Amino acid sequence: MARYLLTRAWQSALTLLLSTIVVFVGVRALPGDPALALAGEDRSPEALEAIRRHYGLDQPLPVQFAQYVERMAQGDFGVSIRTGTPVSSMLTTALPVTVELSVLAILIAAALGVGAGVLAAVRRGRPAEWLANGLALIGLSVPHFWLGLLAILYLSVATGLFPASGFVPILEDPVDNLHHIVLPAVILGTGLAAIIMRQTRSAMLDSLSSDYVRTAKAKGLRPRAVITRHALRNSLIVVVTVVGLQLGGLISGAVVTEQIFGLPGFGKMTIDAVFQRDYPVIQAVVLLTAAAYIVINFFVDLLYSVIDPRIRVTGDPA
Amino acid sequence: MTTASAPVLEIRDLSVSFPTETGTVSAVDGVSLDLAAGEIVGMVGESGCGKSVTAMSIAGLLPGSARVTGSVRLDGAELVGARESALRRVRGREIAYIFQEPMTSLNPVLTVGRQIGEVLQVHERMSRRAARARAVELLTLVGIPSAAQRVDGYPHQLSGGMRQRVMIAMAVACGPKVLVADEPTTALDVTVQAGILQVLRDLRDRLGTSVLIITHDLGVIADIADRVVVMYAGRVVERAPVDDLFAHPRHRYTAGLLSASPQPGRHAGTDRLTEIPGLVPVLASQPDACTFADRCPAADEQCRAAAPPLEGIGGTDHVAACWHPCTAAPTAAQGANR
Repeated sequence: MARYLLTRAWQSALTLLLSTIVVFVGVRALPGDPALALAGEDRSPEALEAIRRHYGLDQPLPVQFAQYVERMAQGDFGVSIRTGTPVSSMLTTALPVTVELSVLAILIAAALGVGAGVLAAVRRGRPAEWLANGLALIGLSVPHFWLGLLAILYLSVATGLFPASGFVPILEDPVDNLHHIVLPAVILGTGLAAIIMRQTRSAMLDSLSSDYVRTAKAKGLRPRAVITRHALRNSLIVVVTVVGLQLGGLISGAVVTEQIFGLPGFGKMTIDAVFQRDYPVIQAVVLLTAAAYIVINFFVDLLYSVIDPRIRVTGDPA
Repeated sequence: MTTASAPVLEIRDLSVSFPTETGTVSAVDGVSLDLAAGEIVGMVGESGCGKSVTAMSIAGLLPGSARVTGSVRLDGAELVGARESALRRVRGREIAYIFQEPMTSLNPVLTVGRQIGEVLQVHERMSRRAARARAVELLTLVGIPSAAQRVDGYPHQLSGGMRQRVMIAMAVACGPKVLVADEPTTALDVTVQAGILQVLRDLRDRLGTSVLIITHDLGVIADIADRVVVMYAGRVVERAPVDDLFAHPRHRYTAGLLSASPQPGRHAGTDRLTEIPGLVPVLASQPDACTFADRCPAADEQCRAAAPPLEGIGGTDHVAACWHPCTAAPTAAQGANR
């Protein structure tokens, strides 16, 4: 187990280093001289030279890369070209919003999706399954920006139950924070729940028709024990995989929801940076997204080995 | 080992059919069978003859769509149509099962000890700790070496034979009256198979468990069973003490099965195996005729006009459902080799 962990941690670190290189090279491969872009009106050779020296652009690429990694390790992602604020401080305000939104959304999605998926599989061919399947189809096919707009229209504008936009940091006022984030989290979560439900249902149908479930029934176990301890435990790999992928996607992909609900999150920051060609910000965003995926994947793999003992053996030949 | 005492399990006129998209399929038709205390009864037949369906219907383990009629009594208590909660108390405690594939029949993500302990926790209200301790004893009982370590292992860490021993340990955990073993040795190689059969025999001797062993392997039957039931297309076609059946098969199908099995002393060239032509039919309904008639060398008008009753000659416990039973042993070689 320890060896499996080490192997996976080492692989994750390597992947992170590779993504750093890709991002670094990618940005430098873009056409145009950054010194020229930064120089503005004063494009004298001396001014350009000064800028290059100031940003370390006169150094060979490997040296630049080393400096770049070193600065990042210290939390220095550079300065936004457009606003002049350090990228790191932009991240410290934007990231918590997105992380909170994502985690809340994925919790809602997992609870709804796993519950409905198990129900649909157990009550196969009965009204409960049709209902769950129908709701999942709606969840998948209705775009959530539209759902978000409807929610704002009916739950915020018409009734005033929830604020239509804005965000309050959790440390400032936890209740108000939840009040602001709950609606976007539910909207985001329902769409994801549909996918989780579908996957859970099909994995559960497989498990429920398996020989070990037949054995469990032949042992005289109660249906609840058969369903949870035997069938669901064996279906969890699928659920964890889907949830992990979705969570990774959420960190960078809650863009639309953040935009609609006016949440000052990571997605909104990304969009603004892309439209304003704010390269330092884009670079940090891409790198953090990659890091988020890598970290989540690591934990997903960790969970796999907790769920399924056979996986521990594959990574641990001892 | 005799059938003198009152039977533990009485199956009477058990019929099972399944509705399918192409119509009803009749899987079992009027099966009757007794299982005495401490008796090992073998049920033999080709794939699709209704052996497993019969086995599963005993403790009500068939899917909800199955239509089951007739009677299954355990110590006089009716199980067909019994409430699910009553059946749950019977399953695993009084009637236990062993299945064919020990790899897939054990849950891959739970430890061996947990899976055995589960039965004790639910039926004997044991604590998890006590159940685990008992699991170690049970693993030792079925001949698993270093049981104290194995108990915390997972099924994938065991060989096929060891897994089947775990299945048996799980089945006998609550000291069931009846053990239903559905093809328990089919997925195992021959030496391992012998070990498993020995374990079953030991358990019968030690715990007095009655065993219904289902197989298509006549060798297994000859090895372990006291009595044999031969099934064909959902019906019992012959029932006899094991030696009697091998020496003097009366039903043409049984005779066919025996001559299709290799025996020591019979060699290709001098004594070829003869197969039974055709396949077991899938029946929408049970006809009033002998269902083996289409594959039988001795079939005539009578066989196609009426179903032969299951009857013995001279009140023996060797019965066969055949209008033209074999009189002398047609496969003398088998009789001689037994």
